[in-house]
Amino acid sequence: MRRRNLEELFFKFLMVLATLVVGGSFFLIVGTIFYKGAPYMTFDMLTKTPGGGFYIGKEGGILNAIIGSMYVAGGATILGLIISIPVAIYLNMYMDGKKFLSNTLRMVFDVLFGIPSIVYGAFGFLIMVYFGLRASLLGGIIAVTLLVIPILVRTLDEVIRTVPLELRDAALSLGSTRWETAKVVLRAIRPGIITAILISFGRAIGDVAAVLFTAGFSDNIPTSLHEPAATLPLAIFFQLGSPIEEVQGRGYASALILTIVVLIITILSELLVKKFYKHKS
Amino acid sequence: MILSQSGQPINYYIQLMQRIRLLKDKIISKLMLLFTILSVSLVFIIGIGLYYKSIPVLQNSTWGHLLTSSVWKPLKGLFGFYPYIMGTLWVTGIAIIIALPLCVLTSLYIIEYAHPRVRRILMPFVNLLSGIPPVIFGVWGVLFIIPLIQDHIAPHFVEFSTGYSVLAGGIVLAVMIFPLIVSILNEVLRTMPQELKDASLALGATKWETIKKVILRKALPGIIAATVLAISRAFGETIAVLMVCGNNAVVPHSVFDAGYPLPALIANNYGDMMSIPLYDSALMFAALLLFIIILLFNIISRIILSRLERRMAA
Repeated sequence: MRRRNLEELFFKFLMVLATLVVGGSFFLIVGTIFYKGAPYMTFDMLTKTPGGGFYIGKEGGILNAIIGSMYVAGGATILGLIISIPVAIYLNMYMDGKKFLSNTLRMVFDVLFGIPSIVYGAFGFLIMVYFGLRASLLGGIIAVTLLVIPILVRTLDEVIRTVPLELRDAALSLGSTRWETAKVVLRAIRPGIITAILISFGRAIGDVAAVLFTAGFSDNIPTSLHEPAATLPLAIFFQLGSPIEEVQGRGYASALILTIVVLIITILSELLVKKFYKHKS
Repeated sequence: MILSQSGQPINYYIQLMQRIRLLKDKIISKLMLLFTILSVSLVFIIGIGLYYKSIPVLQNSTWGHLLTSSVWKPLKGLFGFYPYIMGTLWVTGIAIIIALPLCVLTSLYIIEYAHPRVRRILMPFVNLLSGIPPVIFGVWGVLFIIPLIQDHIAPHFVEFSTGYSVLAGGIVLAVMIFPLIVSILNEVLRTMPQELKDASLALGATKWETIKKVILRKALPGIIAATVLAISRAFGETIAVLMVCGNNAVVPHSVFDAGYPLPALIANNYGDMMSIPLYDSALMFAALLLFIIILLFNIISRIILSRLERRMAA
């Protein structure tokens, strides 16, 4: 009897320990980035593009990468939405009675979601070579769009499924066509669409493997789709690879900027999800 | 007969509107179908595209030779992926060995033991962790894990280590897959029937005995599915691993050796690949390998999970 209780106690101790490790890892990571990045944070980092001697530790900032990332993530999210909203509606509203097919399609999107960004990057590169494009803002947007489509489709799909069936039935029974009903549903899930946008944007802004081949890098803010664009994660990666301490430090500060941006986006989307579901139930 | 302003009968007008509305519905539905087919077929298009680009290197060599050879001399057209495949396997293996027990224990604790409040407080942070970009994990690895291994772990086992090793890659990856495993396990454990636990407890088993002999056994398919999904996530992770695991194209023999996983190979060499013949083809072959393995693993785990879900619903 005592042995059994001891065993129980031992494993309970292990469980608490494991929970502390898993829960604490978030604080460990964010804490490390803050601790190392904060001393190098300056206002210039946010408001200036790299100056002449930026990569040997002289003046400048990473505004080019911040704007570039916004362009890539924003462009990809908009393009992704244009494709995903119809897909999510089709899955839910035009496939009545074809449950097996629609569930299989859902699985395909889950699988697409599991494909790593380096594969999307390599594939995006193939597309660019095929069409004779050079590494550019457009290339980056295309590759990242492929990456966010599965995320958007699955998120929107989940959201549409929370819409009460009565709403659809009411619209249909009043004689509206399926498309008119879809418009009613779309209005009902507006907060859900914003959540999907935030999730997609957060994922897109932090990804590096997809833009590595496709977006290129530039010290200037891109003024057209055909110019190469710097991205924040890539800027971090390059600065960290430098042997100069000052440049490395700026890499940590850039990491801090990206962390803060992504955390704000994630927290907003979490809050929105919570509010949305509370409203629904 | 009532006439509308234009002089046409209203009936006719309504009918016309009706037709336009139906036509609109039809056109839009076809458009949506097109988008759906296009985005679903992305799986096939990616596979075919990568395979098509890999043909030159496959013609120059065979699958077997590419996978088992260790000779990597792009200038001579020799591409042996064995060290890279082993690098990937080491890093992924270490990550799973670290993450799985921790996540199983964590999920058991928050679902079976702890007050619901613990889950409500903990899970948002786990979700936040899953939102952190890979490159940040990489920076954290360089700043925290590398010095930790170099100064505190490695000296106990080997004479010298820079810290840049498959162990560092494994640890960073383990933390990256925590959220994925924990959230799937939570779902799986939450669907365990209460009667099963009650029966075991009523027979005099302690809570831990119930977990060990009843719950874990019943949840095994779910744990396997979570593991397979986590493996496929770890397999494709690029930048975070690239930053910490040393990138030395030799088969690792201990956890303190450097390794060079496949995704890192692709990411590091894209700059040169257009200038050396067959090189781009070889790198696309590496991407194809990743794609095939991850596709299979994903399909397997999704099938297990959807079966579980159906059984729970029944």
